[in-house]
Amino acid sequence: MHVLDTGAGQNHELTLVCVHGNPTWSYLWRNFLAQAPSNIRVIALDHLGMGYSERLDSERVLDQRVDDLTRLIRALKITTPIMSLAHDWGGPISLGWVENEIASADHKITGVILLNTAVHQPTEFKNPAVIRLARARGLLAPITEYTQGFVFGTRVLSGSKMSRDVAAGFRAPYRTRELRKAIHGFVADIPFEVNHVSRATLDQIALNLNLLSQTPVLMCWGPNDPVFSDIYLRDLKSRIPHAEVHRYEGASHLVSEDAPGLVSDVFSWIESPRGPHVDSPNEIDNSLVDFGAQMMEQAIIRPNVVGLTAMNEHRSVTWRELHSQTEFSMRYLSEKGVTAGDRVAFLVPPGPLLIPLIYATWNLGAAVVLADSGLGLRGMFRALRGAHIDHVVGVPRAWPLMRSLQIPGARISTKELGKAGERGKANVVVDGTSKHEFPSKDLGAVVFTSGSTGPAKGVQYSRGHIARTVAALQSQYSIESHDVIIAAFAPWAVFGPALGIASVLPNMNPGKPSSLTYRALNESVVRAGGTLLWASPAALTNVIDTVPEHENADWSGIRLILSAGAPVPKSLLKRLAELIPSASIRTPYGMTEALPLSEISLAEILSSDEDHGVLVGRGLPGVDIKIAPWSDPDHLTTDPEVMGEIVVRAPHMKNSYNNLAFTERTSSQFLGWHRTGDVGHLDAGGSLWIEGRKSHVITTQMGVVTPVPVEQRVESLDFVRQAACVGVGPKEASAVVIVYIESDQGRELSQLRREDRVREVAGAPIAAILRVRSLPTDIRHNAKLNREEISRWANKKLAGSA
Amino acid sequence: MKVLITGGRGLLGSSVVQEILKAGHECVVVQRNPCGIEGAREFLDDLTAPKNQDEWMDGIDAIVHLAAKVGIVGSYQEFLDANVGATQMLLEAAKQHGVKKFIYASSPSVAHTGSALIGAGAQPAQPTSVRGAYSQTKALAELDVLAANTSTFATLALRPHLVWGPGDTQLIERIVERARSGRLFYIDGGYALIDTTYVSNAARAFACSLTAAPDAYGRPHMVSNGEPRTVRETLMRITQAAGVPQPSRSVSFRIAMAAGRAAEFAWKNRNSEPPLTTFLVEQLATAHWFDIEQTKRLLNWSPTISLDEGFAELTNWYANQ
Repeated sequence: MHVLDTGAGQNHELTLVCVHGNPTWSYLWRNFLAQAPSNIRVIALDHLGMGYSERLDSERVLDQRVDDLTRLIRALKITTPIMSLAHDWGGPISLGWVENEIASADHKITGVILLNTAVHQPTEFKNPAVIRLARARGLLAPITEYTQGFVFGTRVLSGSKMSRDVAAGFRAPYRTRELRKAIHGFVADIPFEVNHVSRATLDQIALNLNLLSQTPVLMCWGPNDPVFSDIYLRDLKSRIPHAEVHRYEGASHLVSEDAPGLVSDVFSWIESPRGPHVDSPNEIDNSLVDFGAQMMEQAIIRPNVVGLTAMNEHRSVTWRELHSQTEFSMRYLSEKGVTAGDRVAFLVPPGPLLIPLIYATWNLGAAVVLADSGLGLRGMFRALRGAHIDHVVGVPRAWPLMRSLQIPGARISTKELGKAGERGKANVVVDGTSKHEFPSKDLGAVVFTSGSTGPAKGVQYSRGHIARTVAALQSQYSIESHDVIIAAFAPWAVFGPALGIASVLPNMNPGKPSSLTYRALNESVVRAGGTLLWASPAALTNVIDTVPEHENADWSGIRLILSAGAPVPKSLLKRLAELIPSASIRTPYGMTEALPLSEISLAEILSSDEDHGVLVGRGLPGVDIKIAPWSDPDHLTTDPEVMGEIVVRAPHMKNSYNNLAFTERTSSQFLGWHRTGDVGHLDAGGSLWIEGRKSHVITTQMGVVTPVPVEQRVESLDFVRQAACVGVGPKEASAVVIVYIESDQGRELSQLRREDRVREVAGAPIAAILRVRSLPTDIRHNAKLNREEISRWANKKLAGSA
Repeated sequence: MKVLITGGRGLLGSSVVQEILKAGHECVVVQRNPCGIEGAREFLDDLTAPKNQDEWMDGIDAIVHLAAKVGIVGSYQEFLDANVGATQMLLEAAKQHGVKKFIYASSPSVAHTGSALIGAGAQPAQPTSVRGAYSQTKALAELDVLAANTSTFATLALRPHLVWGPGDTQLIERIVERARSGRLFYIDGGYALIDTTYVSNAARAFACSLTAAPDAYGRPHMVSNGEPRTVRETLMRITQAAGVPQPSRSVSFRIAMAAGRAAEFAWKNRNSEPPLTTFLVEQLATAHWFDIEQTKRLLNWSPTISLDEGFAELTNWYANQ
């Protein structure tokens, strides 16, 4: 048997045993062998007949391979603790050996790591198409043995473009038909059939997974794998519920080839396999949460008062109708198989159909999966696939999309539901006795947010979290029953019924915040009685941009305007205050993971004229805000004027990320706290100033520069409409600062004079000042500068021609 | 310390002499033609064939070797003799006379193989892959100087990038001349980011090299103002300071390269520099700016005249012409 081994040594504290699948070989583990810390011994074997191990006359079956591995490890007489690392069909082989070890009294297994593998063929799904094809009668031998097709195919399964050298490495031991014999045998040994010779072994391995209940388990997954798709990940998760999972979005079957950070992630996990995040400290109580209670109460107290208005559908529904529609939706979803613990996604526009569906889902004890249409089709599809949803509820016109995108989960149409709701309006008796209580630690929602970089992250909230967010909103904004929330940011319509107040959806495209017009907003106030507005800066900008020439609308009904989602220009807030004098204007700070965290009023913003970042105010009651200093990021501080990453703690903080173990570990580095990825500082009065995103901080030869303060100072110049501050050059230490200005004025000044003025105010050494017509902003909020893209522009432009 | 300076005549050379005198050292200069720098003792000699070497090497503690053959006119052999031959001879003489320090004026071009240099540190010289006789011979000589470094004979190389200042006949005057006659243009808009060095900052780096930290020796160091600017802005500032028209045209990189090749071909057998060379086009069109962190730390030096101050000096100088 051919075995790679970094060698036994005195200082080894752990041995990592790497088990490859088919048709790879120990070459798959080369980066683990090369990057292993000095205290870890890495052993990678080639299965008999595979790689550079000897070829056998007969085919080897699963239990023989488990036995081969068991005997190899015994022969090596390893004295340190052992962890296993396996990929593909190496998974069952390694698990077979690990389970045998754990079953013995004095075993050394301290961790199990699995990459794209399976232990069970879920009966409700077909066998992987690729393997079915390879196994088809008469095809197996030609594909696997006679040609290099299967070896080659596996290489194609890699999501990223594999280099020629690496591809040659994978193929090296399988150059002739004779050498490929075992690949055929391996595929033939996959027990699809009930009476297959390896079926019993595989079933036993799956069954014995409960032996791992005390062992840390990590699963790293390439979700684009056409063989081991998310279905298999879900199956494994259900068998090993305590496993940590990280899905490397974009990676395929050879996940360790496709995900560049995987090797170091795995070694960091090995370092502390029992992660910092065991059980959220917020979920220690055993209380129960009933989201339907408020809605029912309103249906009893004021059945004929409007509870939800959809301006674009010219429709309003009363509390009684909302409640009965919720009851009907519940029955319908229940009939369709939705039960407690399920995850339900919706392809239903925000409105009188969706809100009752969400509450019905909650009343059944299931969790809602919300992916904003602002993420785009691709982003939404990725999100829904990654969320492991059980059901997807769609309006009829979304069905072709659901089919063409192959959105997983059982499909439920709203077609019948609409009718049932209309029919049932009068029949439902609200008796106030039906309770829908479920434990507060149960999952309530998975919400996908677009980061400014990379694919959307799924943030998981417990039911308790949602209840606490509702409570925070209620007390912070002194919400009373006569208030009506104008949800220009659609997700906020969801909170209305839980707060026991009516909601209005203004006439706009819910996926495009900037489609909110002055007129649409005013109608929401005058005709639907809106008192509280929640909108993104993009929406507010458009409101101001669409003010008619003769403006005399009645705004007296609105009492509070909250602008969240992105930093808000002062000038915008001022203009808004002039337009709607009755409203108090506030800008809460927070993120999908925790909102709101702090808040500031317009008056406070206007009285602060220092350009040191965006002032977002002091932490709300119950919220703690600290700084992880840039120069000493492992120690939290509240010292004033120290710049670093903003780290927060709040009762309504997110519980975890969806299948992103390493993102979770990073964000929860400080136990009980959340690392926001934003940078800024606290001032002497304890107020928080935001200076940008952590990834936008520029490390120059002269020191660290944060973008927002520079942008603010440059924007104070009368000829600059908007500024973007980015770095050019090596990221680690010697970047230079570039300022892009969006400007169509100041032509009377020479270019050099304009540049001088920018440098005079910037407060940081600026290497170049570039002018553009318009700066790119992110699609979702249409408000945050897309500094990644601007930085790419700058790096390209300033590199010159050659 | 008694310091010998070769090539003390040019803009950088005379500034180096001044800075070394200012640092309290004694200065001896040697070159072919008299330069008359105040406060320095002057010898006339040819470094490629010295006649009275023992005389000017007498009692020298340190050598700052600036003399070199620059430009693109001349045979490879001429460059080799002037840049490598003279340096080797000087190294030999230094060892014989018990000199303790040898500071070599090198050039960033010894490691510039054509691609953009972005925040780059001092990479090893590459005599076989850099282009042109000047860069190749400077690279060879730098390797010789650094190889000679021992615990008793400390050597280092400084690579100042695009040195300029008032009275500069090389870079500044050529730009101003071209601008005056309307022959100055940008390549692809002139957005490549480049480092330049104000002359007194570069000169001070040489003075600081005489008393640098032990780690500083045996390696090359990048020297610049640490304030990269676009070619566009640099040319605008220079022309503004000199009161000549600012460039208004831009040509594409491909056309400029073709023109450079044509000029090099046409000037092949003439004894003067072509108006445009492919090397110059590359310099004007690709980013080359450097990380000078190591230089600052090891030489205990940092630029004291900012670009803005430098351009103000230049403006004054032109105003008084």
